[in-house]
Amino acid sequence: MGYRRRASPLHAARAAAGSALCGALVLTALLFDDPLVLGAVIAAALAAGALAGVWPQLRRALLFALPFTLAIALLNPLVTEQGVTVIWRFGELPLLGDRDITLEAVVYGLLLGLRALAVIVSFALFSATVDPDQLLRLFRRVSFRSALTATLATRMVPVLQRDGQRIADAQRCRPGPPPSRLTLVRAVTAGALDRAVEVAAALEVRGYGAARRPPRGAAAPWSRHDLAFTGAAAAVVALALGARLAGVASFEVYPRIVASWDAATLLLCAALVVVPLLPFLDRRGIE
Amino acid sequence: MTVLAFEHFSYTYPGGGGPALDDVTVTIEDGEFVLLAGRSGEGKSTLLRAGSGLVPHFHGGEVTGELTVAGLDVRSHGPGQLAAVVGTLFQDPETQVVMGTVRSELAFPLENRGESPAAVARGVEEAALALGVAHLLERPTHELSGGELQRVALGAALAGRPRLVLLDEPTSQLDPVAGDELIGLLRRLNEEWGTTIVLAEHRLERCLAAADRVLALAGGRLACDAPPAGFLTWAAESAPALETPGARLLRRAGLAPAPIGVKQARATLRAAGALPSPPPPGADPAPAAEERQFPPTRGATPAPDSPPSHRRLRLRSDNSAALRTKSLWSELPDGRAILRAVDLRLQPGERVALMGRNGAGKSTLLRHAAGLAQPTRGTVTAAGRVALLLQNPNDYLVHEHVRDEAPAAALEAAGLAAHADRHPRDLSGGERQRLALAIVLGDEQPPAVLCLDEPTRGMDRAHKADLAALLSRFASAGSALLVATHDPEFAAAFADRVVLLGDGRPIADGPVAEVLAGGWYFATETARILGGAGGALDPETGAALVRERLASAPPLAASPAAATPAPPAAPIPTEARR
Repeated sequence: MGYRRRASPLHAARAAAGSALCGALVLTALLFDDPLVLGAVIAAALAAGALAGVWPQLRRALLFALPFTLAIALLNPLVTEQGVTVIWRFGELPLLGDRDITLEAVVYGLLLGLRALAVIVSFALFSATVDPDQLLRLFRRVSFRSALTATLATRMVPVLQRDGQRIADAQRCRPGPPPSRLTLVRAVTAGALDRAVEVAAALEVRGYGAARRPPRGAAAPWSRHDLAFTGAAAAVVALALGARLAGVASFEVYPRIVASWDAATLLLCAALVVVPLLPFLDRRGIE
Repeated sequence: MTVLAFEHFSYTYPGGGGPALDDVTVTIEDGEFVLLAGRSGEGKSTLLRAGSGLVPHFHGGEVTGELTVAGLDVRSHGPGQLAAVVGTLFQDPETQVVMGTVRSELAFPLENRGESPAAVARGVEEAALALGVAHLLERPTHELSGGELQRVALGAALAGRPRLVLLDEPTSQLDPVAGDELIGLLRRLNEEWGTTIVLAEHRLERCLAAADRVLALAGGRLACDAPPAGFLTWAAESAPALETPGARLLRRAGLAPAPIGVKQARATLRAAGALPSPPPPGADPAPAAEERQFPPTRGATPAPDSPPSHRRLRLRSDNSAALRTKSLWSELPDGRAILRAVDLRLQPGERVALMGRNGAGKSTLLRHAAGLAQPTRGTVTAAGRVALLLQNPNDYLVHEHVRDEAPAAALEAAGLAAHADRHPRDLSGGERQRLALAIVLGDEQPPAVLCLDEPTRGMDRAHKADLAALLSRFASAGSALLVATHDPEFAAAFADRVVLLGDGRPIADGPVAEVLAGGWYFATETARILGGAGGALDPETGAALVRERLASAPPLAASPAAATPAPPAAPIPTEARR
């Protein structure tokens, strides 16, 4: 998964605006336990991805995240003893001892999984729509080397993936039994270190060793897409914080499930889906 | 004005047994195009790394003597500071491109120098236009082809217009077309921008004509410092492995001077009466005098000991193919076709070179042959095991000792028995290649088909000759060879058939003399000099034809100069330049 510029309003927006929108979605997912709100965040991120033309990347992220979500949902009831509504008595289990499964623990596990899913999908949207080089420029004034190191680390991931694939192919070409996993891990690590040294040499000769802080130039004017997505991000944050402070969409799991699914909650969810998508209505100047 | 000055400069890598550079004294002036020649491991890369400041600042080690780059002492100025005056391009473009998009990559060195946004934008535009990559500016770097990546990496090296550009075998991963384009581009930058170029290359015939001067290294010492013609004279006497095919052709034919390019070689042959003068415009093209002199191989009766062509073999044993692909299609998940209905048949013992531009489908075809990829449509059948040696031999090396990597018999066959106790990564490039070959061969019966993907990348001429001889032994044992290569000289040395792929399908398939003698990019230098006449691909065959012509026929349009061969250009002694 990687960034590729596409003809979409979100790609046309500056990295700060795109990051703000994705950050607002992540913040909302972390603020609420309500499954409707979490579902709204996921729906907003997926719809934004579809409108930005990166649905295949988000679909891959979904497929990658779903097993984790299910694992969290299944594990939580096994490791927590909270909740009062027992739905299954396991009795004595090896290592886990006497174990009762409660409805509340199951629901809380599902909520944790849903939140993880919302965060993963939001980051997938960020990864597919925010230009990492622009992001580097955004942070370079704060800490150029840290920002560059982070960017390079993310760039090395696909390079090392390709290296790993090549090594796997090479090992498939060996006749006889394949080498042990430990041997392969050692070879892959050695290869990664070789790669890192080569990239470091390339950085040196590009002047990285003498990197100087760039002079402050005239800031680029804000485009309509920059303004629209920054505004949408601010609105999502305001909605989420306001609703949280007002107690809208409160959802208690332990000791007993208490949900306040009222009109305000539904309105909040609808707003969380619609507001991030409004900037996509303006498709002028997106090439 | 001197841009690079070595003064009794010696360098030893940390833990290295001997000096990689030994008492090198040479100066390079502004605006020169210098070619750095030498066999593998003789110090070319180290010299370039010293010029960029990586030696000693990045690699460590011991340095004696002086080295200044644009007046900056390398001892006190690291690569980051030297980057303002030196651009550097290494062999592997993938590890040199560090940013996400082409625009950011070109901007990166300028931003590192603290240039203003306006200066960065201008530098990016100028570099992109100069290198013809303006259309790629918004493209993600991970989507670029090898040739495009190399251009972008060169653009990053040139952004900010350094006085000196150091290039370490930049064409080794490029097809002949992209390689020639890159050399042409360097020449243009040298002429129009006045940029000093120092280029290390193994395929000297590709770039000798562009160079003003050649430095040859041997054992870390400067062995020759001469103009191209003088270098060829020196190479003929002292380092035949560095002689270009064109120079060898004329020397073996008894003609002088040694040519620095195809144009000069043809002029010399024409003057000697061994080639006809070009026909005047509008002249009747047939019958060509050249064809009368050198009847083409096509249709000729083969010599009794010549390797059987695939057509004859096909007639002889149609059902005994070692490898057969039938309507083989390979498509990416997005529907893009890499191979399109490829029909290919290899007979046991047949030696096939697979050629074509980067991205033509060569590697994909080899992967299908070895069963690493599944066809979208069509079939691949083999008479037995298919061994595949992929591009990077390092990918095969996973153990601590050579003896653990491959059985003793395979090591013996690859000529590596003496290295059994060494660490695989301590071997030279050519030895690693042979070790990887031993690994894929194993101790089983010889494979029905042996596939190799670009086995000569970064190899010098002597190592290529060794590899060609090794491959011939496998073919003699009955294995069919299918070798993807960009190197026409290597293809001519080992193959008896060439399949040229274009856009995923074979666009030419025939005996090596027919395919490689008839093209321009996919042709050996000998074939280009002789215009494909006689199907001669290597200097020895070409020289025999020329000698035969000179001995038996009256000169055609011979000029007075032909009667008196020009004296060879003398190399400028290294000491004199010091």
